[in-house]
Amino acid sequence: MTNAAQDANLKTRSFAPRRRSWSRESVERAMNIVSPVALLLIWELCARAGWIDVRFFPAPSKVFQVMYNLIQNGQLEKHVWASLQRLWWGILFGGIPALALGVAMGMYRTLRVIVEPVIMATYPIPKSAILPLILLIFGLGEASKIVMVATGVFYPILINAMAGVLEINKIYFDVGRNFGASRWQVFRTVALPGAMPLIMTGIKLGVGLGLVLIAIAEMVGAKSGLGYMIWNAWEILSVETMYVGLISIAVLGLVFTLLLNELERVIVPWKSSR
Amino acid sequence: MTTTTLTDGAAAANQDTKIRIRGLSKVFQTKSGSFTALDDINLDIPVGCFFMIVGPSGCGKTTLLRILAGLEEHSSGSLEIASPAANRPGNSMVFQGDSLFPWMTVWENAAYGLTMRGLPKSEIKNVVGHYLSRTGLSRFHDYYPHQLSGGMRQRVSIARAFANDPDILLMDEPFSALDEQNKVLLQEELLRIWEETRKTVMFITHSVDEAVTLGDRIMIMTAHPGRSKVMVDVPFERPRRVLELRARPEYGELVYNIWGHLREEVQRARSQDEGRAS
Repeated sequence: MTNAAQDANLKTRSFAPRRRSWSRESVERAMNIVSPVALLLIWELCARAGWIDVRFFPAPSKVFQVMYNLIQNGQLEKHVWASLQRLWWGILFGGIPALALGVAMGMYRTLRVIVEPVIMATYPIPKSAILPLILLIFGLGEASKIVMVATGVFYPILINAMAGVLEINKIYFDVGRNFGASRWQVFRTVALPGAMPLIMTGIKLGVGLGLVLIAIAEMVGAKSGLGYMIWNAWEILSVETMYVGLISIAVLGLVFTLLLNELERVIVPWKSSR
Repeated sequence: MTTTTLTDGAAAANQDTKIRIRGLSKVFQTKSGSFTALDDINLDIPVGCFFMIVGPSGCGKTTLLRILAGLEEHSSGSLEIASPAANRPGNSMVFQGDSLFPWMTVWENAAYGLTMRGLPKSEIKNVVGHYLSRTGLSRFHDYYPHQLSGGMRQRVSIARAFANDPDILLMDEPFSALDEQNKVLLQEELLRIWEETRKTVMFITHSVDEAVTLGDRIMIMTAHPGRSKVMVDVPFERPRRVLELRARPEYGELVYNIWGHLREEVQRARSQDEGRAS
C-alpha cells in the first residue's frame, strides 16, 4: 500500500463518532420484548390460517381467553396458591437442614468424611423416580408433595454450601480463632457469610428443581395445584387449560428468579456493590 | 513434646518478661519426611518491647508467630507467656496480606474482636470509633474491603488488632504488599498508635529498614532451619519520626551492620532453593 493510499484510508476513517439515538442497551431490551411477541403473533396467524393443528397448538388468543376465565372463577388462583404453599414448605424443610449440614460439612472434615459418601451416592437418583416411594411412605396428602420438593431443594443447597465453605480462604478461619470466636461464632461470622455466594446459587438451582418436582408430584394423587391442573386438562382434553398451567409455571419461575436475584443483592452486598 | 505453660508461673518470677521461649522447635511431618521449620529458639521479650524478627523467606518466622498466636503447636521446648490482665485477650494478630472479611464493612471488621467477646455496644462504639479515627478511616466506616485500597485495608487490619486491646500484638509482615510511600506512612501511623499504649509487639519483616525503623530489639534468623543468629539492640529514642530517623548516619550504619549478618543467610536460602529446584 502506498502512502497516498494509507492517507486516504486514514481520512475515510476519521469521521466523527456517529450519534446513536438508541443506546445499545435499550435496543437489546426492546428485542427481548419484541421477539416473544412476534413469535406469539406468528403462532396466532398460523392457528387462524389452519397451518398448524389447533388441537395441539391452540391460538394464543384462545389460551388467554381460557386463562381469563380461570382467573375470573378463581380456579387459577386456587391452584397457584396450592402449589406455592407446597413449594414454600418444601423449600423450608429441605433448605434449612441442607444449609446447616452443608456448612457444617465444610467446616468439619470428620463430618464431611462420614456424610459425603451417602450424599454422593443418593444425589444421582432422579428425584422423580422416588415419587412412588414417597407416596408409599407419606401418603397422598400434602406431606408427600412437600417432601418431594424438599428432596429436590436439599441436594443443590447442601452441595453448594459445602463447596462454598471449602472455598473460603483459610486465613479467615485463622482470624476467627485468633480473635477468640467460638465455634458457633465462626459458623455465623466466617463460614456462613463466606459461603453465601455459592449458597445463593444452590438456592436458585434448588428452587428451580422444586418447581419441576412440584408439577410432577401434583400430577399423581393431588386434587389441586398447577401440576394437577395440567394433568386434569389432559384427561378432559382441554388443551388451552394445559397451556395456562404451563404459562403459570413459567411465570412463577421467572418471578422466583427475579426475587432471588433481589435477595442476593441484599444478602451478599459485598459481591455486587461498588 | 508440648509443654506450653500459659500461666504466670515462671514468667511471673521475672516481672519484666512478657514472653519467654526456651529451646523451641517446630517439625512439620510431610509426605517426603520431616521438615524442621524452627530449631532451638531462645527468647526473652520484655514487657512493652517492640520486638522485630528479620530473616530470609522460608526461615520459619511466620511459624514462630503462629505458634505464639496459638494457631500452631510447637514440637518441643517451652513457651511461656505472662498471663494478661483480667478479661483482656492474650494476643491479636495483624496478618500478612488480605485478612479482612470481605462480607463485613470496615466498622464490622474493626469491631470483630470486641463483638466476639460480647462487649457492650457503647464500649465497642467508643473503642472502634477511636481507632478508626486514629487510622483516618472514620469516613469509610461503612465501606466494604473491596472498595478500599491495599493501604487502607491494612489500616483496618491494624485498627482491628489495636481495638481488641490485646496484651501482645503479633504482626506478620503487615506492610509487605504495600508500595514504598504507603509503607512509610503506615509505619508512622503504627508508631503513633503504638505510643498510646506501648504494648508488647512481635513484628515480622524481611525488610531491614523496617526492622530498624520500628523496633527496640531485632532478632536475625538463619535460613532454613530457622535459628536465632544474632540479636541487635536498636538505640534510637522514642517517639520516632520515620523519615528523620532514616536521615541519620547512625541509622545507615545500623542497617549496614544488620545487612552484614543477613546477607550470608539470604544467600544460603537462595542456594537451598536452587538446590531444591535442580
